[in-house]
Amino acid sequence: MHTTRLLKIAAVGSVAAMMLAACGGSSDSGSEAAASGGSGGGAPAGEAYAGPVGDGEGQLNILAWPGYAEDGSTDPAVDWVTPFEDATGCQVNVKTFGTSDEAVKLMQGGGWDVVSASGDATLRLIYGDNVQPVNTDLVPNYADIFDGLKMQKFNSVDGVAYGIPHGRGANLIMWNTDKVTEPIDSWAPTFEADSPYKGSVTAYDSPIFIADAAVYLMATQPDLGITDPYALDQDQFDAAMKLLEQQKELVGEYWSDYTKAIQAFNSGTSAIGTSWQVIVNLAQADGGKVEATKAKEGATGWSDTWMVAKDTPNLNCAYKWLDWIVSPEVNAQVAEWFGEAPANAKSCALTSQTDFCDVYHAADDAYWQDVYYWNTPTAQCLDGRTDVQCVPYSEWATAWAGLRS
Amino acid sequence: MTTTMTPAPRGGFGYRHPRMRLAGLLTPPMLWLVVIYLGSLAALFLTAFWSINDFTGQLVRTFTLDNFIEVFTNSAYYVVILRTLGIALLVTLTCLVIGLPLAFFMARVATPRWRPLLVALVLTPLWASYLVKVYAWRAMLQPEDGVIAWFLSPLGLGGPGYGFLGIVITLSYLWMPYMILPIYAGLTRMPESILDASADLGAQNGRTFRSVVMPMVFPSIVAGSIFTFSLSLGDYITAQIVGGKVTMLGNVVQTTYVTNLPFAAAVATIPVIIVLLYLFAVRRSGALDNL
Repeated sequence: MHTTRLLKIAAVGSVAAMMLAACGGSSDSGSEAAASGGSGGGAPAGEAYAGPVGDGEGQLNILAWPGYAEDGSTDPAVDWVTPFEDATGCQVNVKTFGTSDEAVKLMQGGGWDVVSASGDATLRLIYGDNVQPVNTDLVPNYADIFDGLKMQKFNSVDGVAYGIPHGRGANLIMWNTDKVTEPIDSWAPTFEADSPYKGSVTAYDSPIFIADAAVYLMATQPDLGITDPYALDQDQFDAAMKLLEQQKELVGEYWSDYTKAIQAFNSGTSAIGTSWQVIVNLAQADGGKVEATKAKEGATGWSDTWMVAKDTPNLNCAYKWLDWIVSPEVNAQVAEWFGEAPANAKSCALTSQTDFCDVYHAADDAYWQDVYYWNTPTAQCLDGRTDVQCVPYSEWATAWAGLRS
Repeated sequence: MTTTMTPAPRGGFGYRHPRMRLAGLLTPPMLWLVVIYLGSLAALFLTAFWSINDFTGQLVRTFTLDNFIEVFTNSAYYVVILRTLGIALLVTLTCLVIGLPLAFFMARVATPRWRPLLVALVLTPLWASYLVKVYAWRAMLQPEDGVIAWFLSPLGLGGPGYGFLGIVITLSYLWMPYMILPIYAGLTRMPESILDASADLGAQNGRTFRSVVMPMVFPSIVAGSIFTFSLSLGDYITAQIVGGKVTMLGNVVQTTYVTNLPFAAAVATIPVIIVLLYLFAVRRSGALDNL
């Protein structure tokens, strides 16, 4: 008797919750239709801040990759947030994220003023109406940023800048010299079925890795006609997935946590596979017998962008931060701490390691020629083709989940 | 004069309004249960019937069964569901095989003086962080020079390495206390006199265990298995760290939940359904009273 009454209450409650959810839903879908319909599939309309940048609002909420907004809590010597607070009066609140997907989810939740977004997050944020255009005239240090990073497919839409470039890196092929005795210069041993390293190949565990397969196909199967590894039509996409199925036979384990990759390479569990410069550095510092290089077929890479949230109440502080983080001194500190090529050309003279920019090829345009920065695949092909539909990122994710199952 | 005065009412507002008192007591937990707990489950279930806009990646709130069709017709997901079930069942079995004798020893063999210490020892792994424990297992399971491989090498065996077996071993370790404690509690509740009666009637130890002890602790075993089974079913971090390239249902949810929330919701519904079926099946054993 008593139980049934409780059950009734519970039932009524859950029905009420569902109705609430449904109501919330209908109002949202209305605004969404307006947003995507109004501009005919382009970026949502939005005005960049006209300026001028005035006094700070007193606080700034930053969403960043680990190592991008250090306040001395990781290493007392590594701190460029406190000087920013002192200079601007903007009290900073930092939250770090581990993957681009996590960053997008957090931005969709709101409450963050600026975000350091990689290219596979930027378009999702732009089309998802989570960020606003950035007026680069209000960021004096923008002038010194390498031209190769400005107004790229992942940080601008229709000639409108959506953020300030922060730094870049290429995804490298890395190997353990105990297991792999000859130097490697190609992705072939990680993809081809006759690889001698079967069972100890490693790969990055993210849908965006499909692009790495596409880069390899660009070199080995030119007939497919891939020009941009992030703009794959169904046939090209299927070819990349087929290559990844083949690779799966060789793979010992996939990595997404970079500390796990360091441990796996140093212990020899992983003999060969995709890696980042920061992993190479840390593994070598750890005494690991590893080498890495950019493969001759080209590589995927990342170029990160500082973006401003759509309806931030701290716009002045946000612009102050954008200028601060790409200033020559701070950009040099970040690049060295994180292990990436700085975005600001003047940073190269300020790094503590004198040949830092050479090691990371910061100014070497030829090096970046065949580096394809992470981008968000959309149904409208990013390479400009209009006769076919490309496979959007959501399907990349489901295909990756299917591959990994 | 004083004798004719009515006594002042004792107690406060709640005492005078028993229904209000009941409502006050029940509202917070009911709100928690209904709005937060059942509400989020309902939202999850509802989301599974939506889809997303391919271009913007935003939710499209129109009813579709596509997500469930994809999950149940794509053989890749089929395999993950079966693999996850297999892992959960094997983990439960391993915990039972190791946990039952241990719990029996703690409850009936060890002297009462030792019992609290033994319980504390069983609980110690729960004090350490989940991640620390799993990474420790990663080091131990390392294919060539891990402790386990080293231990097995004189026998001519390799270690289990990273993969299916690695996940089962690690999860069994993680959830072992959840199996031992309910069984231990069940065994301590069992009156000594029943065992004596069994012996007086001529039953050997084995017979007593089969016919007296087992039927009495069975609900406790089922209670423990609910923990080990459902905790294994939802895990995905262990698979990431010691699973090599083997994935579980949770990993599918993790890969897809940002880009395709409705699909992830459909996948996440599966373990909920499996656990509900499991609970339904064990309801009659009386295990739910032992939780």
